[in-house]
Amino acid sequence: MKTFPIGGVHPSDNKCWSKDKAIEVLELPDVVNIPLAQHIGAPATAKVAKGDKVLVGQLIAEATGFMSANIHSSVSGTVTAVDMVPNGQGIRQMMITIKREGDEWMPEIDRSKDIVRECSLEPQAIIAKIKQAGIVGMGGATFPTHVKLSIPQGCVAEYLIINGVECEPFLTSDHRNMLERGEELLIGVEIIAKALGVKHTVVGVENNKPDAIANLKKIIAEKGFDIKVEPLKVQYPQGGEKQLIAAVTGRQVPPPPALPIHVGAVVCNASTSLAVYEAVQKNKPLIERVVTITGETMATPRNLLTRMGTPISKLVEMGGGLVEGDVKVVNGGPMMGRAMVNIDSPVTKGCSGITVFVGKKAHRVAVDDCIKCAKCVEACPMGLEPYLLIKLSERQMWDRAEQERIPDCIECGCCQYTCPAGLPLLDYVRLAKQTVMGIIRARAAAEAAKK
Amino acid sequence: MTVLFTILTLSLLGILAALILYVVAQKFKVEEDPRIDQVEKMLPGANCGGCGFAGCRGLADALVARDDISALFCPVGGASTMEGIATYLGKVAPKKEPTVATVRCGGVCSKRPKTNEYNGTKSCVIASSFYVGESACAFGCLGYGDCVEACAFDAIHVNPETGIAEVDAEKCTACGACVKACPKNLIELRKKWPKNRAVYVACASKDKGAVTMKACKAGCIGCGKCAKVCAFDAITIENGLAYIDSQKCKLCRKCVNECPTGAIVLKGMDPLPKEPKVVAKPAEAKPAAEPKAEVKKESANE
Repeated sequence: MKTFPIGGVHPSDNKCWSKDKAIEVLELPDVVNIPLAQHIGAPATAKVAKGDKVLVGQLIAEATGFMSANIHSSVSGTVTAVDMVPNGQGIRQMMITIKREGDEWMPEIDRSKDIVRECSLEPQAIIAKIKQAGIVGMGGATFPTHVKLSIPQGCVAEYLIINGVECEPFLTSDHRNMLERGEELLIGVEIIAKALGVKHTVVGVENNKPDAIANLKKIIAEKGFDIKVEPLKVQYPQGGEKQLIAAVTGRQVPPPPALPIHVGAVVCNASTSLAVYEAVQKNKPLIERVVTITGETMATPRNLLTRMGTPISKLVEMGGGLVEGDVKVVNGGPMMGRAMVNIDSPVTKGCSGITVFVGKKAHRVAVDDCIKCAKCVEACPMGLEPYLLIKLSERQMWDRAEQERIPDCIECGCCQYTCPAGLPLLDYVRLAKQTVMGIIRARAAAEAAKK
Repeated sequence: MTVLFTILTLSLLGILAALILYVVAQKFKVEEDPRIDQVEKMLPGANCGGCGFAGCRGLADALVARDDISALFCPVGGASTMEGIATYLGKVAPKKEPTVATVRCGGVCSKRPKTNEYNGTKSCVIASSFYVGESACAFGCLGYGDCVEACAFDAIHVNPETGIAEVDAEKCTACGACVKACPKNLIELRKKWPKNRAVYVACASKDKGAVTMKACKAGCIGCGKCAKVCAFDAITIENGLAYIDSQKCKLCRKCVNECPTGAIVLKGMDPLPKEPKVVAKPAEAKPAAEPKAEVKKESANE
């Protein structure tokens, strides 16, 4: 079975809690907070003001430039504020607050359940529609999809790889989408393939989801899709963009600033493909997504179809609520998720799940001294040396950190997971990465100014 | 015989090596101003980087090389050291008022309730890259001591009772290492008064008043009362935050009594007596009337 060539770890996948729970529609929230920055790039520019009436699917914030994304209202009602609201980490950011009144949709959105396969649009028109719908990568990185599909000059896309790996433990939202909405998802894949004009289309799925693999294969055979399903070894971070390309095509993406397209590959998340289907065939912008609420101690783990901007506390409540004592609520999974201090913060485009940890598991392990066992080196899927990078970061030796290829780090957390001393490797590596990237950007800007 | 031979060979080798070293040393000799060594000796030798150079040698180099040394200053040695060096070099000594590091946060544990428990790496830079901090205030002191690590003079410590970094003004040399280390930009170098007197706003929150108040009872809510009462135009209000210019402030202490949240901190002095309200009214009225009279006089003169 295929996998990426170096590094990786095997955390317990913990999918058992929610993988057999069918997608349910979460009841509509009374108030939504929709952040203007739900994607990588410039925050969108608000197009509504306090007191405006909006419908479901109405454009409320427009992309600011190319590297940005449109934002649409997820409910119908009245805008009550466009103001700074604390996010999950307690940091204030610009959000549009809408008080819901009923559930009135924009008339052009096709809400019927009929599956439409025929797509006569030209590639440019497809990309324009995706841009209009404000679609971003829904696996968590929230990279605007229209940017990804706009192939730079001189590059040719050979492979379209759909990321149905979902290697992050606990989360099952992509899994449920592949199982329950497989056909629509595959039409979405077909549309993206048409927009790119690729030769090979592969859906990569980790082998712990045999039902999803069987379902996709069955639909492909029955409906005659030109798509291949590739079962992959269960290994974290199989769903990392570069790891997935290496596993499927055997090609290595060179270090930044090179992009996957430079080896002829484009990677899209499975749920994003479904959103593309809805946007292109049904005129439905990205206003809702499947969010997993899970955790070992949750009474009722679920997969919920949630409108953007719904308070996360509502999901937690649906999952059975929080217990007394030490609790950690994580936006995302245990490997790459972010702990939250404000669970009234909203669900955003990149929020694929909420994981709750209780008691000892809510705490970090005690820190010991590094004994240079090099387990982190063995685990790093990018071939870096985390034990060295943490020292360089502590001593602020940014030049040396750059030489040691710190911008390559994908922040997967394998090093910290595997460290027997419980060292906060990723914390320091991430700090150094941010600083070094800042230095590189400043240098590039200075060079551009000289010219 | 063998012993003698060995000693002879080694001695010869030694002499030969010494000769080569002597010739090379003469040939590649670097002419250096001997005054640099002297100036370096006069500097404190802390190598803290507070002057902007990597170490004391760098500053000594620059002091000797430049004609105009007004831009160079050793914050650790202070005016007396600079005076001495300037006299030795026959140049005009740079003048700089002494300053002291000041932590602009008064959110002690009793005033700024904890909303969560931080369990990660005890470092301010890392904690602030994750989230807001253990209280709801996004601007306050985190108390993990990045500034303590940065300080080469043992002059700043986190008080375990308040959870806030405190500066020992006697030890502080105003090198600015803590200013750079603080990810929240809380530390400022302010004018140093005799007996370590100080009046400053111990808050850096740029949130709106209501938001600040909710997060911390000691926060500046930007009400502007202090700016109104200031006779020296030293207080400005920006982004809902009062700031006292330490160059303009004359330590009159009027603002301290005005502040409704106690965000203005007074150090090294007793506060102005708070007069009872009944007495205060006529007392306030009098000085208010006097300037008016003066204005009238002036206009009459014109």
